[in-house]
Amino acid sequence: MQRFTILDGGQRVELAAEIAGEQVALDPGSVHEELGWSLRPEGLCRGSVCVPVRDRAALVGERGIDLAELARVLDRPLALDVAERAAALGTPASERRAALEGLEAPDFTLPDLAGRRHTLSGFRGKKVLLIAYASW
Amino acid sequence: MPITVALDRSPDDPRPFIERARPTHPSLIDTEHVLAELYHIVNVPTLIWIDAQGRICRPHDAQFGTDTFTAFHGKASGPYLDLLRAWVREGKGALAPDEVRRHQPKPTAESQQARAERALAWHLQQRGRVEAAERHWRRAGELAPKDWTIRRGSMPIRGQNPFGPEFFELAREGTPEYPMESVTPTRVAPRRQL
Repeated sequence: MQRFTILDGGQRVELAAEIAGEQVALDPGSVHEELGWSLRPEGLCRGSVCVPVRDRAALVGERGIDLAELARVLDRPLALDVAERAAALGTPASERRAALEGLEAPDFTLPDLAGRRHTLSGFRGKKVLLIAYASW
Repeated sequence: MPITVALDRSPDDPRPFIERARPTHPSLIDTEHVLAELYHIVNVPTLIWIDAQGRICRPHDAQFGTDTFTAFHGKASGPYLDLLRAWVREGKGALAPDEVRRHQPKPTAESQQARAERALAWHLQQRGRVEAAERHWRRAGELAPKDWTIRRGSMPIRGQNPFGPEFFELAREGTPEYPMESVTPTRVAPRRQL
């Protein structure tokens, strides 16, 4: 078993994994503890949400839960670096598009220079001009 | 209420500008590109209007607050500032909901894959895994060649000058353009070719 880092949204979690070539097999206990997903008869489940799994054998093998297949089942983009034992799980375009099409400005919390955190929805009741810029 | 968000690798990068401006509005730092991901922002500056009910009422505009670089990008600041004033004072200039949807930039499978590659590249870079990071910066750039939050935003991180030769080369491919480009009437000249 090796330590494998997964960037899941804004979180960084460490899982136990077995690596063979380009295959990363995650320890199922680790997947449940760190990512919240476990395999049940209904499918891959987290809380009350279950995603159907058409090909169980592709997802779960002797060594554990295949990371690439996990990403596919969850419909999440996967950036993988086996040699560095790290991966990033992204958000599917469909989810981002649906959120933007709903027109409700996606909420966020970010710090200012003093480290004070500000949340967009805290400004409800005022018109907000959101300006993204950079030093580059 | 303006909310400015710096898509920079560290608070230190925008710090001189923020301290000089002494803003009375929230001036935030987004080192993980949270905002770029949520709103599908592909370049800076990007301006989005959000009404008092928290709804996007004018989507992504690439507009400038001054004419300092008009000779380069070809847009005048006056008309957009007028639009802003009309919105703030009289509620004018917001788009109808379907118009907003039509003019929002749309995330794709490739652009989302690029953002995952970017996140991994940044993680590796911060841990000193420079060669590995470089593979993922490149992959991200291949997947989303018109995402300058990735291709230009990564330049300082990768030891490149975002105002230097690597940038000139990038600019020759053409600037990313939002759908609102054809709606907001600020263009006074073509963008200068480098």
